[in-house]
Amino acid sequence: MASNDAEYSPGFWGWLNKRLPVEKFVREQLLEYYAPKNFNIWYFFGSLALVVLVMQLLSGIFLTMFYKVGETTSFDSVEYIMREVNYGWLLRYLHSVGASAFFVVIYLHMYRALMYGSYKAPRELLWLFGMFIYLALMAEAFMGYVLPWGNMSYWAAQVIINLFSTIPLVGPGLVEWIRGDYGVADATLNRFFSLHVVAIPLVLLLLVALHLVALREVGSNNPDGIEIKERRGPDGRPLDGIPFHPYYTVKDVVGIGLFLTLFAVVVFFVPTFGNLFLEEANFEPANPLSTPEPIAPAWYFTPFYAILRAVPNQRLGALLLLIAVMAFFFLPWLDRSPVRSIRYRGWWFKAFLAEFTISFGALMWLGLKPITPNYLIAARVFSVGYFAFFGLMYWYSRWDRVKPVPERVRFHE
Amino acid sequence: MTDAGASDDQEVVDADRRKFLTAATSATAAVGVVFAASPFVASWQPSERARAEGAPVTVDLSKLEAGQMIMPVWRKQPIYVFRRPPELVAQLATHDDRLKDPRSTDSDQPAYAMNERRSRRDDIAVLIGVCTHLGCLPKQRFEPGDAQLGTDWPGGFLCPCHGSRFDLAGRVFNGSPASVNLRVPPYSFPNENTLLIGEDGTAVASGAA
Repeated sequence: MASNDAEYSPGFWGWLNKRLPVEKFVREQLLEYYAPKNFNIWYFFGSLALVVLVMQLLSGIFLTMFYKVGETTSFDSVEYIMREVNYGWLLRYLHSVGASAFFVVIYLHMYRALMYGSYKAPRELLWLFGMFIYLALMAEAFMGYVLPWGNMSYWAAQVIINLFSTIPLVGPGLVEWIRGDYGVADATLNRFFSLHVVAIPLVLLLLVALHLVALREVGSNNPDGIEIKERRGPDGRPLDGIPFHPYYTVKDVVGIGLFLTLFAVVVFFVPTFGNLFLEEANFEPANPLSTPEPIAPAWYFTPFYAILRAVPNQRLGALLLLIAVMAFFFLPWLDRSPVRSIRYRGWWFKAFLAEFTISFGALMWLGLKPITPNYLIAARVFSVGYFAFFGLMYWYSRWDRVKPVPERVRFHE
Repeated sequence: MTDAGASDDQEVVDADRRKFLTAATSATAAVGVVFAASPFVASWQPSERARAEGAPVTVDLSKLEAGQMIMPVWRKQPIYVFRRPPELVAQLATHDDRLKDPRSTDSDQPAYAMNERRSRRDDIAVLIGVCTHLGCLPKQRFEPGDAQLGTDWPGGFLCPCHGSRFDLAGRVFNGSPASVNLRVPPYSFPNENTLLIGEDGTAVASGAA
């Protein structure tokens, strides 16, 4: 690192770069960062998640300017935002639709990793940071859902916090500690506000930074699951790589444009998305003495909720819910296949991934429905399907008859 | 370094000593972190105000007729207080085979309510009206042979959320998603017509288990 003045361009740009490595950063991270040239549509969702994060921070900061946290003020202040604050309805719909969009984008982003084996070595840590982002996002979404203090907010808080009471010995004390009262109350709402607005966003930003640093270190995977760094040209550049800027910045801008178009359609025309993004029962103030009748969590939690309900024992149900979420963390070590991408895997993996996709979707739908004997049986069947994907992966990923992986990336199937 | 002139000599680093000092400093700091964190953790416990508002609640029973239920609130939870006529109390013993936990051995109640009536007194039932499944409020279905619940329904509660069914002693029926009976709060009867919810007390008006 020679700090020879001659290395810097004259004028302000040189002065600045001598003190802050702007040019170096842009060069290393954008112009000379080589990404695989065969990215497909599935590679939009990472940058989209970043866009949604920024939108959520922005709309959230503005909502905080008008929202008044408190048992007696929360619900009214949300109505105030909706009816009297200039463009308040837009701020709120951006934020509430944004929450759902976040999960859409993240689920697709994770699914991409399942298909192309992006969690496999050397990207285990990248995957783990991503999973921690997902956990933080779940906490953020749940607490945000409680803030309007509608009746669904109240009962969601009641049911979710009660899950902790199933922990042996410490459970009941822990629940009281989380609530700060003998029931879900003002104290609970107030601490959720603090966590939702300050603590978890900070954690999220830190995790996103770590996720990106880890990504830059190991490089992106691609639909062929080939390490492009292993084949370099005479100039030392990966043969199958193209500079991130301008090639992928431009591609991502197109993705963002498409995404924002769809997003705007939802925000302006179907902000509640048929009771999925905002629920009718939540347009009623919190009432500890009346449970909303079909009680269901937000759509992005329903697969786990369906698993919880399918188990006739509460403690076991809560444990399975925990395992259902945590199973993703172990994927890098459960998957023993020599290839990454689904393109070169055999039918064992393809069948299990298909079965998992169907189970996840079915559980998501079942979690929104009231429980009936037939739905209960269905939920149990699909829960088994969900866990089989992870539980048997250690074996089927090994047995799989994989195809030979080409040396260079391909553009078409 | 007692002698400035000698400091040119190669200083011998005592690696073990350095390792020990580093470890000791880190351990002390870790203890400090735990102590420093404790007030923050403790701040989440129910505040003095919440504790005061969680004090026992007095309920007047003099106007409670047989078959009627009132719903006072204690610690943010609805408490189901109802008067059971003697014939319904007698009938509680007849459907043990349809219950998950007829003796309440796996359920949560004070010792004096761990009987088949799950109460201190035969006539007055006191239950926490929160479904032990996922916390919804079970609805009253006191009429035996209820049209929806079948001719053998002995009267009790039905949870609207996930269909858990409980009898008039709050005991859960087989086939319900809930695993245990409705919880019973600590309570006592300072006199015949007064119920004190939230305190075990000592005085038991009648019908002790």
